[in-house]
Amino acid sequence: MSESRTDYRRIARDGLWDNNVVFAQLLALCPLLAVTNTATNGLGLGLATLAVLLAANLAVSLLRDIITPQVRIAVFVLLIAAIVTLVDMMMNAWLHDLHKVLGLFIPLIVSNCAILGRAESFASRQPIPAAVADGLFMGLGFIIALVALGGAREILGQGTLFADAAMLLGESFRFMELTLIPDYRGFLLMALPPGGFLMMGFLLAGKRLLDRRAAQLATQEAGA
Amino acid sequence: MAYGHGVKNPSYRQRVAYHAMLLGGIAALASSLLVMGDNATRDTIALRQAETLRASLEQVIPPELHDNDLLADTLLLDPKKKGVRPLTVYRGRREEEITAVAFEVVGNGYAGPITSLLAVDAKGQILGVRVLQHTETPGLGDKIEVQRDPWILGFDGLSLDNTPRKQWAVKKDGGQFDQFTGATITPRAVVESVQSGLEWFAQHRATLLTPPPSPPVQETDHE
Repeated sequence: MSESRTDYRRIARDGLWDNNVVFAQLLALCPLLAVTNTATNGLGLGLATLAVLLAANLAVSLLRDIITPQVRIAVFVLLIAAIVTLVDMMMNAWLHDLHKVLGLFIPLIVSNCAILGRAESFASRQPIPAAVADGLFMGLGFIIALVALGGAREILGQGTLFADAAMLLGESFRFMELTLIPDYRGFLLMALPPGGFLMMGFLLAGKRLLDRRAAQLATQEAGA
Repeated sequence: MAYGHGVKNPSYRQRVAYHAMLLGGIAALASSLLVMGDNATRDTIALRQAETLRASLEQVIPPELHDNDLLADTLLLDPKKKGVRPLTVYRGRREEEITAVAFEVVGNGYAGPITSLLAVDAKGQILGVRVLQHTETPGLGDKIEVQRDPWILGFDGLSLDNTPRKQWAVKKDGGQFDQFTGATITPRAVVESVQSGLEWFAQHRATLLTPPPSPPVQETDHE
């Protein structure tokens, strides 16, 4: 990390795919498995987590020169807890309907180790623009993972996709609500926590396959 | 320039006092941010919560039955027993006569308590039931929410008089209420909580329907 210019393309690629919070680092699985029984729930928690990640990375990067290694963990936890509480209060006041849907999960973000992880391994050593970019792309990567897992479980479990998106995002997003399998009887396992673990396994295996395929193509091209 | 730990580390930063000051400073910063946030949002949050409660109340107590402010006209029943929470009863009034009461009932659902708002008229007939809070399985148990399924409207108009005790159960248990595919415990819990709410109303009918000395004041006599 000694280059003078920050490699934003690298940061984006890391956050979205190569070093994805969920699919590569296998962090933040508790909130992930708890809320992703529908794509809409996943999107909601993802957006809230993105806001916290951005603010936490910004705060840690701002204070990186005065924080000493001995007390850094305590400082990071304090900052993250304060930010999450602020986000919780602000959502409750100004996005009250969304808060009614997600309220239960917001305090859980404090325990999302991915946020502490980014503060420790990235934001505390990088200038502010890079730290904010890292927060943005790690957050987006987390949203992708949440929506992918939630969507897959929702389609198999209930036959719908983005059900109740209008309750989360407002009436103008009702077009997102799809019924993919009409008269579906439901597949209870996928809606319950064990279904989350199973689907998570399938998605992880899928990512490995794609990565291996890409690596093979790359070596073939190099050999040719 | 590298920003790693231990690189930019003057000697005074190794002292315990610096660590204590740093931690204390950050804690003070975080606390003051929280105080500011709380000040900025507290009133709005209270307003939104009151709006939500009022909306639920207006749904179960029809406007033609009352001309008072439902949120302001409450009765707090404190059972003065350990482990029993005081219950707030909202009363709908028309020309000083109490026409409807609404209160919360709680049932044991599949994944935790299900809190519903139950409104009955003076004769003990159900005006409406709305689930306020639950943690049931999305897609299965959440059909008790009125915005997802009309099931909860099936209680409207029922009373202990026009529906025999045996009928207060889901069809699987020999009663008259539908259960959901894959979820029986959830509707069973709601039915049970509504029935016990009606029985509670029947027992306390006299207290609940006696108008408090006017002008109506909020009674808060719990310690």
